[in-house]
Amino acid sequence: MTAGPPPAMAPPRTSTSPVHRLGAGTKLAGLCVCSLALLTVDGPRGAALAVVGVMAVFALAGLGPRALWAQIRPLRWVVVCLLAVQWWVLGPVEAVVLSTRLVALVALAGLVTATTPTAQVLDVVERVLRPGRRWGLDPERAALVLALTLRSVPVLTDLAARVRDAQRARGRERDVRAFAVPLVVGSLRRADALGEALAARGLDD
Amino acid sequence: MTETAATRTPARSTTADAARVATFAALIAVLGLPGSIALFGNAVPVTLQTLGVMLAGAILGARRGALAVLTLLALVAAGLPLLAGGRGGLGVFVGPSAGYLLGFVAGAFVVGLLVERQRRVTFLGVLLAALVGGVGVVYAVGIPVQAVLTGVPLAETALLSLAFVPGDLLKALACAAITAAVARAYPAAVRRGGREG
Repeated sequence: MTAGPPPAMAPPRTSTSPVHRLGAGTKLAGLCVCSLALLTVDGPRGAALAVVGVMAVFALAGLGPRALWAQIRPLRWVVVCLLAVQWWVLGPVEAVVLSTRLVALVALAGLVTATTPTAQVLDVVERVLRPGRRWGLDPERAALVLALTLRSVPVLTDLAARVRDAQRARGRERDVRAFAVPLVVGSLRRADALGEALAARGLDD
Repeated sequence: MTETAATRTPARSTTADAARVATFAALIAVLGLPGSIALFGNAVPVTLQTLGVMLAGAILGARRGALAVLTLLALVAAGLPLLAGGRGGLGVFVGPSAGYLLGFVAGAFVVGLLVERQRRVTFLGVLLAALVGGVGVVYAVGIPVQAVLTGVPLAETALLSLAFVPGDLLKALACAAITAAVARAYPAAVRRGGREG
């Protein structure tokens, strides 16, 4: 446990560490292999090795303890509950080993996300879908849907805020139906208009 | 697999499908935003993300509903914080709730499948579909995966997840009420994919 590498300096925004430069596909494949390997860890020595390994990869990426904490922070309460249950069911050693394994898994996955631009991951998704053409999958259409979704999130967030304000003005903010029905109908109207606009621009087949 | 795709997808409506799938993927994300919606006057704030998953299946149908969830998950995997509580990135796919994310895909599909089988959209019909697909299937996939990832035996994991069942039952009720109301307010909402000319 003491063999962890010294924490690196805070990385510059445009980092060019070996981990950042690695291709997205390579990183995702590596993450899959490492995750499966981590799932076989079942002893204290394996767990310690996993911790050292994850810290080493973070250091290699030029990311310090703060970045590591940012990745596992959302898990903090889950881990506390989990540790209690595991302790009760499986005993203290197993509990610490299994929780450590889980935190290491999430940290490693978080590292890939932190060092890989969103567009690169989406490119990999598209590349993985390409052989699916034989089964009727259309990678270009998938790319279109992903782009449309990205555009739709802020639009629907606005719509949700407007509906919520309107229902608050009517004193119905506690009624989930009064919120969701106008939101869903508004979303569907927008979707169907969007579909027609796309068809009119010749994007239909 | 190809034959169901062929029978369910009318060739003419593929861009309409793309637009609906994208919109519902975004809608599921928006319903996960912390709006602290009080469900049926309940004081416990819950996000409505799983409601979005059920609605995607009930309104879009099996295939498009599952595709909407998959689209959202692809963007989450790419690092966007679109899950409830602003979570995102690859970590959620190896964390304890990873199985529930896969369960969302299967759940939306089953909800859609069951609603598609019904002649008319009714509150009870959608409620049944939401309970089976949106609650039953989601837990059936989520619990075993959680047990594997956390090392806690299946029975104890199942017991733990009981804490979330009441909220999900309320969301199934909400899904049924909302789908029935949406079908009345916007009849084109529940197009029966491929069956109408």
